Amino acid sequence: MKKLLLAASAAMLLAFGWASSASAEYLQEHRGGTMRLLARSAAGTLDPHINYTLQYWQIFQPLYDGLVAFKKANGKEGFNKVPDIAEAIPEPTNDGKTFVFKIRKGIHFSNGQELGVKDVVASFQRIFKVSGPTSESFYGGIVGADKCTAEPKTCTLEGGVVGDEAAGTVTINIVKPDAEFLDKLAMPHAVILPADAPTEDAGSNAIPGTGAYMISAYDPNKGMTLERNPHFKQWSEDAQPDGYPDVIQYDFGLTEEAAVTAIQKGQADWMYDQPPTDRLVELGTKYMDQVHISPLTAWWYAPLNTNLAPFDNEKARQAVAYAVDRNTLVNLFGGKVLAAPVCQVLPPDFPGHVDYCPFTKDPGTKWTAPDLDKAKALVEESGTKGQKVTVIVEDTAVSRSIGVYLQSVLTSIGYEADVKPISPNLQFTYIQNTNNKVQMSVSQWYQDYPAASNFLHILFGCDSFREGSDASVNISGFCDKAIDAKMKQALDLGVTDQEAANKLWSEIDKEVTDKAPAVALFTPKHIDFVSKRVGNFQFNAQFYWIVSQSWVK
Amino acid sequence: MSTEIAETVAAPRKTRGPWAVALVRLTTNKAAMAALGVFLLIVVACLCAPLYAQWAGVNPFQSTLDAVIHIGGVEVPVMEQSTEGLGLGYTPLGPTWELGNYFLGADIQGRDVFARMLYGGLNSLVISGAATILTLVLGTSAGLVAGYFGGLTDTLLSRILDILWAFPIYLLAISLSIVLIAQGITIGPITIQSGSLWLPIFIIGIVYVPYVARPIRGQVLALRRSEFVLAAISLGVPGHRILWRDIVPNITTTLIVFVPLMMALNMLTESALSFLSIGVQPPDASWGTIILDGQALLYTRPLVAIAPGIAIALSVMTLNVFGDGLRDALDPRSKIQFGRDA
Repeated sequence: MKKLLLAASAAMLLAFGWASSASAEYLQEHRGGTMRLLARSAAGTLDPHINYTLQYWQIFQPLYDGLVAFKKANGKEGFNKVPDIAEAIPEPTNDGKTFVFKIRKGIHFSNGQELGVKDVVASFQRIFKVSGPTSESFYGGIVGADKCTAEPKTCTLEGGVVGDEAAGTVTINIVKPDAEFLDKLAMPHAVILPADAPTEDAGSNAIPGTGAYMISAYDPNKGMTLERNPHFKQWSEDAQPDGYPDVIQYDFGLTEEAAVTAIQKGQADWMYDQPPTDRLVELGTKYMDQVHISPLTAWWYAPLNTNLAPFDNEKARQAVAYAVDRNTLVNLFGGKVLAAPVCQVLPPDFPGHVDYCPFTKDPGTKWTAPDLDKAKALVEESGTKGQKVTVIVEDTAVSRSIGVYLQSVLTSIGYEADVKPISPNLQFTYIQNTNNKVQMSVSQWYQDYPAASNFLHILFGCDSFREGSDASVNISGFCDKAIDAKMKQALDLGVTDQEAANKLWSEIDKEVTDKAPAVALFTPKHIDFVSKRVGNFQFNAQFYWIVSQSWVK
Repeated sequence: MSTEIAETVAAPRKTRGPWAVALVRLTTNKAAMAALGVFLLIVVACLCAPLYAQWAGVNPFQSTLDAVIHIGGVEVPVMEQSTEGLGLGYTPLGPTWELGNYFLGADIQGRDVFARMLYGGLNSLVISGAATILTLVLGTSAGLVAGYFGGLTDTLLSRILDILWAFPIYLLAISLSIVLIAQGITIGPITIQSGSLWLPIFIIGIVYVPYVARPIRGQVLALRRSEFVLAAISLGVPGHRILWRDIVPNITTTLIVFVPLMMALNMLTESALSFLSIGVQPPDASWGTIILDGQALLYTRPLVAIAPGIAIALSVMTLNVFGDGLRDALDPRSKIQFGRDA
């Protein structure tokens, strides 16, 4: 047993040694050049404490660091948390309510200032001072957060985030144990900024960060330029690796069609937006080597308003879940290669996921076919036949197609249905607000971090439902007291026993699915189309393609 | 000799009335007649939409992604999944050029594009026609009242028209559509549901009122000062009677000229709004919504967008050419201009 351990250790040392030398060699060989990225448009403010878009979260990865980070690694390894600005991930003390982070020395912001304890403390205060979108939902559990939420401008987080300059530590106290607290700290909304960063939305002015790159130019109508941070010295390859390209040029304004053509011609290296469906056949045949398809922990779903007729009736909701042909939806999304049918909330391979499908021809673990007879019978039983249903969708080609298809399905099972496409900029807030009386909609949810609660508790928990608010992400308005209590139990259990908590989450997943507050449609995959010269493509399950870890020379 | 002259004077030549003269002028205008012919053909084709759909056995409002058709005895799926390379993407069937068998191919939902084109044309024609009537009724009423009564009434109505006029037409139409399309509108006892075709009719009908009201007001102002109207007023003829008997007949030709020109303009506006998803709502079709559907297929099936584009261009062109012919026929000396420069 001892020999085996020694041999294993030696092998691991060799492997790590080889890997790190290979990495250094690659870095030398491929370092330099300009990586040219394209997106249809900019994604709002550059403020990392405020911006809540995947587009900029991806680009913030080589720019900013938090106390902890998701590992910059390929695939699901990217779900692992690693120490970043903190020297190590601390074990919580005080019954899981206190975390003491030792801050690394020698880390500099791109403006040359050395990062210190005061920056960490100020950054946590700033999350509240700028009223960050997740200040309450992610960081509301920090001691003193309630006062900061009430009076953001004078936020001190007294007793919540305490710095000790002499010891070089920052202590974070939370009100009650939270199994997902470290995940929340690894999000871009908790990155560490200079203490003198403006206490209002920075807008188009980039705030200095500690990452391998810095933003040297930004015009939301034209583009963004990232150059190397002259003060950066790699301290952790897992958390913030040095990058290959010297410059990352992100241009805005080209349509998806034009972006595909630009990449084909070698005029650009990557596009943020998904390629249009009419180019997929071409990309899948002529440009196979430049296409990367990666699974996502996400789902497309159709929330059914559980407080409005006809879907305040459980049987009516189940009828729709039985009637929808997931294969058709998969085809509308681009085919089997790009999506897979689902009929439960938690995505495949996600913590707590256990295959379950009650709403199919042969109920069991997998969706096989729609059951229209059962659906029609349920509509009859529910007494909702002939009622009017409006489906609100985003005004994009795929969503519109899905909406039109759902309208056909609803009509075929006995409802008088119509579909309304609404501008993608408005649709998500519109369908959340109960004042708009939305009966059914089509939406998507992409995980913030890998935890079952990020789907079940956020989308179907009673706390997420706020009447008359544009920020009521529980679009179905589903609030089952028993299920909600179970969710809270699972959240608490996760602090001490994550495995047991995940088992409980899988039970909750089944219970929520059975109540059908939403129709699960499919789980999508992500396409990255890159130019011929892009090498070392790595898709991180948390923040997608790791831009700085690909080379162009 | 003198007898001959006397006979000639005694038997005056039978002259045609102004409408008959106009009809002759119109019918001898080859371009206008050709345009009218083409437009009527389009109208008849669109009216046949339900018959065509029934004959072809297609439902142009229902997704038919699994449908299979026969071309030359061979079964062909309406939507074809790529099997080469990475197997990415679905491509709808292209044009078969066989009437009744996906003549122009399928759209992204596997629906017969030609059948949708006919239904879409019907909706486009109905909306543009009804909006034209609404515009003419409202615009004429406003122009008549403002021009005839003058004073405060004129000032008030003219300022309201100025406010409407001040908005860029498409911006105004888009704003109204975005507000109304989700919830519909209720005016007194009349409720227009959000998915109803009456909503685009109402929006388009309203935004173009100043285009009609302004020139009409100008004409009425001139007529109001003419001798026969002044004589009628001095004789104590009631205002409404003067309006109806003396003024309206004198603006009829202008209104007739407006019909095809307004209809062309309304058709363009309807297509634009539908293209922006704020006109005709799916699964209903209009030429604008079909272009929108075709936008996602521009690379593989460009005809889905091009065909309704051609239909719009042809309809608008024929209406404009016919409208010009109509104007020349009714009043060749007319200086009435159409649009913002009027």
